[in-house]
Amino acid sequence: MRSDAIIWAAVAVVFSFLFIPIIVIVLYAFSTAPIPAWPIAAFTLHWFADTWADQAVRQALLLSLEVASVATVTAMILGTLAAMAVARMQSGAKEVVSFIAVLPIALPGILTGMALAAYFAFWGINLSYWTIVAGHATFCVVIVYNNVVARLRRMSHSLTDASADLGADAFRTFRLIQLPMMASAIGAGALLAFALSFDEVIVTTFTAGAQNTLPLWIFGAIRLGQQLPEVNVVVFAIILFTAIPVLLAQKLIGESGKVVR
Amino acid sequence: MKDGLKRKLAKLALYLSASLPFAQGAAAAEPLQAIGQGEGVLNVVAWEGYAQDAWVKPFEASTGCMVHVKYAGSSDEMVALMRSGGGDQYDVVSASGDATLRLIYGHDVQPINMALIPAWKSFIPQLKNPPFNTVKGIHYGVSYEWGPNTLLYNTEVFPTAPTSWSVIYNPKYKGKITVPDNPIQIADAALYLSKREPSLGITDPYELNQAQMDAVVKLLKAQSKLIKKYWALASDEIQLFTSGDAVVGAAWPYQTNTLQAAKVPVADTIPQEGATGWADSWMISAKAPHPNCAYEWINWVTTPKVQAEQAIYFGETPANTLACKEMDAQQPGACAQYHANAPASYFDQIKFWKTPRTDCGDGQHDCLDYSAWQREWQFIKG
Amino acid sequence: MSLSKSLSAFGWRRPGAASAALLGLPAIWFAALYLAAIGALLITSFWTVDDLSGNLIPGFSLTNFQQLVSGQVYIRIALRTISIAAAVTITDVILAWPVAYAMIRLASPRLSAAMMAGVMVPLWSSYLARVYAWRVILSHNGLLNWTLIEIGLPRAHIGYSNWAMWIVFSYLWLPFMILPVAASVERIPPSLLEASADLGARGFTTFCRVMLPMAVPGMVAGAIFTFSLTLGDYVTPMLVGGRGSDFIGNVVYSNVGVTNNIPFAAAYAVLPLGVMAVFLLIARKLGAFDAL
Repeated sequence: MRSDAIIWAAVAVVFSFLFIPIIVIVLYAFSTAPIPAWPIAAFTLHWFADTWADQAVRQALLLSLEVASVATVTAMILGTLAAMAVARMQSGAKEVVSFIAVLPIALPGILTGMALAAYFAFWGINLSYWTIVAGHATFCVVIVYNNVVARLRRMSHSLTDASADLGADAFRTFRLIQLPMMASAIGAGALLAFALSFDEVIVTTFTAGAQNTLPLWIFGAIRLGQQLPEVNVVVFAIILFTAIPVLLAQKLIGESGKVVR
Repeated sequence: MKDGLKRKLAKLALYLSASLPFAQGAAAAEPLQAIGQGEGVLNVVAWEGYAQDAWVKPFEASTGCMVHVKYAGSSDEMVALMRSGGGDQYDVVSASGDATLRLIYGHDVQPINMALIPAWKSFIPQLKNPPFNTVKGIHYGVSYEWGPNTLLYNTEVFPTAPTSWSVIYNPKYKGKITVPDNPIQIADAALYLSKREPSLGITDPYELNQAQMDAVVKLLKAQSKLIKKYWALASDEIQLFTSGDAVVGAAWPYQTNTLQAAKVPVADTIPQEGATGWADSWMISAKAPHPNCAYEWINWVTTPKVQAEQAIYFGETPANTLACKEMDAQQPGACAQYHANAPASYFDQIKFWKTPRTDCGDGQHDCLDYSAWQREWQFIKG
Repeated sequence: MSLSKSLSAFGWRRPGAASAALLGLPAIWFAALYLAAIGALLITSFWTVDDLSGNLIPGFSLTNFQQLVSGQVYIRIALRTISIAAAVTITDVILAWPVAYAMIRLASPRLSAAMMAGVMVPLWSSYLARVYAWRVILSHNGLLNWTLIEIGLPRAHIGYSNWAMWIVFSYLWLPFMILPVAASVERIPPSLLEASADLGARGFTTFCRVMLPMAVPGMVAGAIFTFSLTLGDYVTPMLVGGRGSDFIGNVVYSNVGVTNNIPFAAAYAVLPLGVMAVFLLIARKLGAFDAL
């Protein structure tokens, strides 16, 4: 059909829009010049060795992985609990919860960051690893929450009812019936939450003290303008490594029989 | 209940205000009496280019203090970083003269015991007890390096060096000019006007009354239409010149060095009107969690070798007079090139950054303070 | 009867109590951390800074707001921020549709999953690195102009301008629009589309009359992201903006970082807060919360 062809053409344009900068990043990882200029004059592999040897990169990467993991787990617990609570609620109360959960991501990041920084200072809490996690977990909750709410909406109550009728208590029902049914939704939400946390700059700027997460290290490198190829190498490596969770996500999606959720 | 809330608010106010500039007097904390065992970590706030591997790595190896650096592109950012999280996040900062007093009067930094800094004795006289880091005889900072803000230009567009700052106000280069996104940039324009329009009576570019400020703002507003981008990060300007987006602008020597190393056709100059400049000091946070490493660091970076490395890398002049020989050893001719052996008059001709105050220095109090400068700067940028 | 049994029996009889118990932990987290922090920030916006000492003065004063309203520059910056956020949102809706539609209605399950992964990849590659890549692409001698010259066209002067910000923001947040739009397209029963076709509607008519209205919640959900993420950003304007490209975020950032004038920064931050509150209320009416 002709209209389909037009749509596919549009899809091709949008995907090249999405990928051109990523191709540029990958290309510059091989460029000799520390300052990016076009066209690339000469290619080299030595930035890979430099990056590998760079202690700062390694520390930042580790911190980011740690923060993202802890924030994601926290968000998984809080988001799932909230979603399960909402599943039993009247629609009015439900909307209030949804409204509050979405706030940290709907309100501008700079506001969240500034508010949290002032608030931590007020309680005399030193900025640390944990303040970064607290900030990240807060805006990650909504991602898990939304995924699980959507799943629960489609899940019929009859199974849990049957489980109760058969004498299982709520915890047993949760473990044997609800959790397995929600698992892929929680997992898909967790992946996105992890990605958000791993790449967050604005809130982190305010909630991190002297420690550098990977995005903060990247910002430092961008400021100096001399380690840019290292940034490109790191991003290239991350893209390669994330192929694994993305494939995993596809598998989860495949299991749940849904493309989007 | 209501009282409780009030108390909470008062506590919040107290907390927030404790970290604000120009509170009452300077900090009374006692300086360190002896350098003890290093704490293993040092958190640094520095200008871009001030914590290069060349001297950070050997420092880490020799002292065991692992260095974490946060870069700041303006004095404002440095002050903010030093105050972040209640002021106990960072140990040392490479503050310029327009930030030092704000940090001292804000109780953000601690007195320094110069007996523990042996290199201090060989500093040039002007930088031993300069007013911007020594208050009432108490040292709050150890001078580091100094230099002028330069005019950076593309040598293909300007075969000969421009002799006046007028090029960055010239409509001929519309859309090809870049200047720092920094309120202190007002002083550059004031310096230019002090020579161009002597009738304004500008004697010190950091002491401007309202009429003088209005004239400067008028010039800068006209300039803003010619600007490609106000650079906020050193790399902004580097990228602008590399990609041909800018051909002339106000810069630090760091950008010139980096661009020349990348074979971009640029050079810098100090035009006839003179230049503003910076004189940086290392200061230690009042609540530094790693004070011993902080002293170790200051001693490390004031050694002739590191002073020389820093000077050549950034393109500035060391405070330590012993660095001259070291500079020539690292790069023949560097001592003279970076003015490490220049006479005192060279130092005196640079208008060093300082924080604008309402006190005009001549007994008058009608000058505009820094917060007014910041407001004006926001209006200039639009 | 075990404790867990009795608890669960209680929960069964009183679903409200069970909900409250489940909600307890997340509720405490949000109330004690997030809502309290935002609330405190709002209160500070009515405070002032003492000119002489620089101390914060608690109280109730509208000085900050007066300063904002009287300073033309702040209004201009707010308008710039909001209009670019709106332009970005509209652009992303337009760009998201073909991808969402093809992914759900046209592609094979395999291709569809691959497209999904393709949309996700940019989310995994550093935001900062991508912004920086755009800066290099759009600069005077960058990839874009190089390409234009190669094919015999004149240079485009869009580096370091509001155009650059529009492009980069649209790029950055596009995946956040594609995902919810695709989700809402997926929820439209195919039978409805067939019915529309049976009734003689052409593809485009079906799209306008059936799909578009039914996907409104998805689009609004996406818009919450694209709009608010643009509204609160200050890094992208700093990196790819030109002269006079300051956003609300830049002013807030410099006021927090610079003068430590937190009350003024808080007052300015009330604006995006208000805009998003209105936005969210409308979104709720349009059912976007179910589509997030």
